[in-house]
Amino acid sequence: MEVQNMKTATETYSKPIAFESQNIQPQVAPRGAEVLVRALIKNGVDTIFGLPGGAVLHIYDEIWRYRDQVTHYLVRHEQGAVHAAEGYAKATGKVGVALVTSGPGATNAVTGIADAFLDSVPLVVITGQVPSPLIGTDAFQEVDTFGITLPVVKHSYLVKDVNYLEAIVDEAFHLAQSGKPGPVVIDVPKDITAHLCENPKKLHEDFLFEEKEKNLDESTIEKICEKFLSAKQPIFYIGGGVVTADASAEMLQLAEKLQIPVTPTLMGLGGFPSAHDLCLGMLGMHGTYASNMAVAESDLLIAIGVRFDDRVTGKLATFAPNAEVIHIDIAASNIGKIRKPQIPLQADAKTALLAILKKLETYEFDSMTAKRGEWWHRINNWRNSVPLSCEYSENEIKPQQVIEELHRVTNGDAIVVTDVGQHQMWAAQFYPLKRSRQWLTSGGLGTMGFGLPAAMGAALGCPKDLVVAVVGDGGFQMTNQEIITAIQYKIPLKVIIMNNGYLGMVRQWQEMFYDRAYSEVDLSISPDFVKLAEAYGALGLRATKPGELREVLEAGLNNDKVAIIDVVVSKEENVFPIVPAGGNSRDMILK
Amino acid sequence: MGRHFFPPTTDHRPPTTEMRHTISILLANEAGELSRVVGLFSARGYNIETISVGKTILPNFSRCTIVTEGDEKTVDQIIKQCSRLARVREVKAVTTLPHIEREMGLVDVNAKTPTERQDILNIVDIFRAKVVDMSHDKMILEISGNKDKVDTMIELLKPFGVNETARTGCVAINRLSPFEPIENNRD
Ligand SMILES: Cc1ncc(C[n+]2csc(CCOP(=O)(O)OP(=O)(O)O)c2C)c(N)n1
Repeated sequence: MEVQNMKTATETYSKPIAFESQNIQPQVAPRGAEVLVRALIKNGVDTIFGLPGGAVLHIYDEIWRYRDQVTHYLVRHEQGAVHAAEGYAKATGKVGVALVTSGPGATNAVTGIADAFLDSVPLVVITGQVPSPLIGTDAFQEVDTFGITLPVVKHSYLVKDVNYLEAIVDEAFHLAQSGKPGPVVIDVPKDITAHLCENPKKLHEDFLFEEKEKNLDESTIEKICEKFLSAKQPIFYIGGGVVTADASAEMLQLAEKLQIPVTPTLMGLGGFPSAHDLCLGMLGMHGTYASNMAVAESDLLIAIGVRFDDRVTGKLATFAPNAEVIHIDIAASNIGKIRKPQIPLQADAKTALLAILKKLETYEFDSMTAKRGEWWHRINNWRNSVPLSCEYSENEIKPQQVIEELHRVTNGDAIVVTDVGQHQMWAAQFYPLKRSRQWLTSGGLGTMGFGLPAAMGAALGCPKDLVVAVVGDGGFQMTNQEIITAIQYKIPLKVIIMNNGYLGMVRQWQEMFYDRAYSEVDLSISPDFVKLAEAYGALGLRATKPGELREVLEAGLNNDKVAIIDVVVSKEENVFPIVPAGGNSRDMILK
Repeated sequence: MGRHFFPPTTDHRPPTTEMRHTISILLANEAGELSRVVGLFSARGYNIETISVGKTILPNFSRCTIVTEGDEKTVDQIIKQCSRLARVREVKAVTTLPHIEREMGLVDVNAKTPTERQDILNIVDIFRAKVVDMSHDKMILEISGNKDKVDTMIELLKPFGVNETARTGCVAINRLSPFEPIENNRD
């Protein structure tokens, strides 16, 4: 049956068809693969990251035919495809798309899917599957992709009838970006991609109930406004929800109006301009002294689009112990999960902030700055007493210095993509961001290997921006195979390796909490990254002395080439401040 | 202004407020949807005590009733996550409102002598159960009621020699009137 279908397909499409897309006449009954690709195009897709295999051959045949409407980027490992799609999605706000084959293709994609799930990144991941009659027989390259991905998807489908394929793709795009965004997996058996779609059907109409435009409860909004006015020591604690909902303009307006300080989480960075007077910097484990102190002392904590992650709260009993909490989040399941708020409000950040701003117009209030003079006085003391800093050295480059220099060289305008580890925290601390979607990082899953491919995806999504990946020498080696993808498609990928010769973040913990027993963190045996870059055909540069740093960065960044910049930094630098895991923010170690 | 203390997430001690919860979920009658729901429990190491699924008057939707033990906060969280699933239409914590719970049990019990048979028939009578099959030395009984009732009857039958039981798990529905009846869950 499979063979027959394939034959039909080849016959129908045997090549002498003009390839200009305008001339591609849809067959009376197109095969599943064509339905799929057309549905992707219909949903606005022009960029796909993937790697072919047996189960997706028909789909790749259609990708070839539609290649002037949708560009496929051939990655070298499926994890790279999904991270690239994530980078693309995070930077543009659009849905990222990845296409992988069955079995190992799908399992390689799982890390990326889980990463997108934890960071609410809108993705549609299409996985090939063995032909339907073989499902459940342990066929070649068969795994239960639906089952394996089940706990890490927003939704998933195993397509059983080609007639539903288009409807499924449409719904997948809707689900990926609506509400709390997330990854949606469509598992497509090979025979389905060959079947002719003769009688396209809609999904059961009751299955998708549009979340209706909810009118926010007036009295809740009123209560919130009153709290704003009565609180003496309030603070905004904002997260990825503000970025996702594109609510940073409203956030800025509200904070300025009320003169309330703002502290973003790792995921909320960029949601509020870092250099703004009201911004105290990131909070949490590696947050600023001022932010953590202000939260600890606050009497009103306004949490927007956050989930009270344990990397933020440390020991819960001492997290904002005296504060009343207002928690605004799109997901009811986030509200009250960790800390029960006095005022819960289920809404996306933008809707909520707009409603609050509107309501505030009906209030009369004097300048808030005056009223909260005492609060600001204390905050400024915290700020000035322990600013983020580093001790420069004459012969060693300090990692913090790399980020500061990067900020200078890029004028603060680059899209900064990080991997996971110490360099991620330094980038968060030392690169003041101007806008949303300028900061791409793996926060929830903390996936080493995210940075490089994600930067590649972001560079494709935002061709006008300079995109810079800041990675560690450990994480770099997890996905550096994608350098060649960037070379192949002339994507201006810029990678700065903060080379400390260690799995730095783990080494820091071993130093601080395990008596300096450096167990399995030594990366001093590493390839020569400059030669590696050159082997790929990329520009390879190295800086080892502080004096060279600026020049090397400029040489690497001020061109359209793929550049790998190996910056040899001091080996045993630690990220400070640090609140030990599960600790109290007053136990913060500052140096 | 109250202080609010919650156990930290890093606290791995068993939660203290273990309690029995009945959750009723209306979800699409499609392959895989039940796994999603069940996964929310297994991911937390929560055992599902009973689960039963059946069609509803809505075409394409099933009702799934799950009974689980767990602390209130976690179950609340499961409920919220459950209602976020794309194919879940409604989730109710039945236990929080007046409700009726029923399950059905089939019991294969020894009945070797006429006295034994008579004693068992008395129990059947008292519990408003039914004899659904019989042989020279055994009977199969059908009983329905809330969990306690089914438990009690099986307990009373044990001295005769219970060979096998099969239970449906609980189904539940909220009461029409908002008042808790004096005798909860009475037949
Ligand atoms: C895939 C994966 N494996 C392991 C870890 C645990 N981990 C967190 S940070 C870190 C060290 C990262 O080292 P490196 O990439 O050199 O960056 P640095 O901390 O030195 O900046 C490790 C191993 C992880 N986050 N992800």
